[in-house]
Amino acid sequence: MPQENPGPPAETPEPLLRVRDLTVAFTQRHRRDQVAVDHLDLDIPQGSTVGLVGESGSGKSVTSLAVLGLLPRRGVRLTGSIRFGGRELLGLSPADLRTIRGKDIAMVFQDPMTCLNPVLTIGTQVTEVLHRHQKLPRGSARERAADLLDQVGIPDPARRLGEYPHQLSGGMRQRALIAIALACRPRLLIADEPTTALDVTIQAQILALLRDLVTDTGTTLLLITHDLGIVAGTCDTVHVMYSGRIVESAPRGPLFADPAHPYTAGLLSSVPRLDAPRGTRLVPVPGSPTDTLPWDNACAFAPRCTRADALCTDRAPHERTEGPRTLRCHHPLSDPAPDPAPDRAPVLAPGPVPPTATGGPNLLPEDVA
Amino acid sequence: MTAADPAPLRQRAAPPDTEQAGISLGRDAWRRLRRDPVAIVGAVLVLLFVAVAFLAPVLAPWGPTDTPGKDLVTPTNVPGPSTEHWLGLDNLGRDELSRVLHGARQSLVVGVVSLLFGAVTGSLVGLVAGSFGGRIDNLIMRLMDIMLAVPGLLFAIGLAALLGHSLTSVMIAVGTVNVPVFARLLRGSMLTQRSADYALAITSLGVRRRTLILRHVLPNSLSPVIVQGTLTLATAIIDAAGLAFLGLSGTDPGVPEWGRMLAETQRYLSSAPHLAIFPGVAIVLAALGFTLLGESLREALDPTYRR
Repeated sequence: MPQENPGPPAETPEPLLRVRDLTVAFTQRHRRDQVAVDHLDLDIPQGSTVGLVGESGSGKSVTSLAVLGLLPRRGVRLTGSIRFGGRELLGLSPADLRTIRGKDIAMVFQDPMTCLNPVLTIGTQVTEVLHRHQKLPRGSARERAADLLDQVGIPDPARRLGEYPHQLSGGMRQRALIAIALACRPRLLIADEPTTALDVTIQAQILALLRDLVTDTGTTLLLITHDLGIVAGTCDTVHVMYSGRIVESAPRGPLFADPAHPYTAGLLSSVPRLDAPRGTRLVPVPGSPTDTLPWDNACAFAPRCTRADALCTDRAPHERTEGPRTLRCHHPLSDPAPDPAPDRAPVLAPGPVPPTATGGPNLLPEDVA
Repeated sequence: MTAADPAPLRQRAAPPDTEQAGISLGRDAWRRLRRDPVAIVGAVLVLLFVAVAFLAPVLAPWGPTDTPGKDLVTPTNVPGPSTEHWLGLDNLGRDELSRVLHGARQSLVVGVVSLLFGAVTGSLVGLVAGSFGGRIDNLIMRLMDIMLAVPGLLFAIGLAALLGHSLTSVMIAVGTVNVPVFARLLRGSMLTQRSADYALAITSLGVRRRTLILRHVLPNSLSPVIVQGTLTLATAIIDAAGLAFLGLSGTDPGVPEWGRMLAETQRYLSSAPHLAIFPGVAIVLAALGFTLLGESLREALDPTYRR
């Protein structure tokens, strides 16, 4: 797709993870391809904590699986570029990918109840990765495993090493999984909804733990979540994803103080706030993530957007930079809604457009299953 | 164990529930099994069967070929149960109790050997199919489907007839019939386990595929195979008796076999029904024991049954 902005200036060092034009499509015979990730660009600088936010189905998990090369080989079309530490990951042999997984990039998954092997002890599962990547002999691997469990706040680690996953609570299991992920001191840790399956008090503990570990070890963290509240306390930079593309990227402060994309604003206003006046109603984003348009010649969010007009269903918004943020919207909230700025001359229907005229799933030109 | 972690985690003392320490899934299942009356009945029957098989020479009052009652038996009169011969005499004057007890050895050997043959071969086939997937999987599983399409006993009869009349050919035949059963079971179970979250998590750590399959997926996939093994032992005993009934297990009269005993006493069915009833009851009890044990084992190992 045409790039209007010629990327970041040349003097910035290459980020730890640099995703360019990544497209992931699930193919099926006799069916249209399902595009999960659509020409995605993403930079994760060394040492930063980056949030990737979006609803279910926005492509955030698929992106992380693509980075680790964990997507199935059949039925998936993967194009673009994923560079990690200056090395292209797409097209690496499975053997080369395996040496990166767990050692340089590690992942923490959503559900700690199902992500540990039920028939092996915690100790076996922690030492396995140490043995695989650091070739530690059994005894010292065991010691290191106990250290790791201690580091993630599991009490009595020596005893826990001999226990089975079903003897640990959910929070303990997630701690154990984090210990396994951090065992080989990866440069990048991808946490895919790490707290979604846990109750709120444990959520807070796990997030605090992740934050501390990231600070202590200097690990770069990519935090994938649907919950802006989690991002608010953790991330330096936030990317908001919708239907396979990033629609808004901004440092945490500006994003929360002053969201520019209507979708970001919608997500923010659907999060309950303690400082809101009593009786304030939560405003959900209308519609469902399936009410999308293909990005080819429309804004995918248009059917659900209160600010959409004819332009939004006519051509895809280009990515543009406004100060610290990049944005993909025809009518960002930084512009006055009813009166589009003069640089957007080709607006077909200038002036105020009632949201219902173009919004709403009924006006979809075709059924996007 | 699902108590919320209190914030000062390091201060929390280890819970005193020593009972909980280091309980594997296997021991959990064992505990469940001990509380299940059905399992106990099954286990008693199985133990009885195995004990009789091993102790037959000690338990039986006569040898299997001794003819203590050869003077009492006439072509028209085969005496039934009496105080001296609890289960009566057979048409040659042999003690029926001794023959039934000795017959347990044959049934156990045939059942176990054919089960092991079928389960090991089938599991290896399933392991190959489940590990490689794709074209290899397709080829193997279509072959298994073809084998399954032929009725089991018919297939076994054909195979046993082809291999010649002997006990070995009966064991091979009964085992072969079970190969596709175990192959399908293990392969299906492995496919489920491979798509489980922990398999993805382990892959994300850069573990080799061989390690993933042999160390993580296979042990998690085995419990249905173990259950099926217990259940198959029951059908293997019945199938072996069936083949013996048809005269496919060799004709050595010195080795009593329940199925062959049934076949030999067909002519006396109206005059001496005990000759058919007692070996028949023995087959039923042995098969019932393994079935009950297998079913309760399935319940004990299956997480969806857990209370």
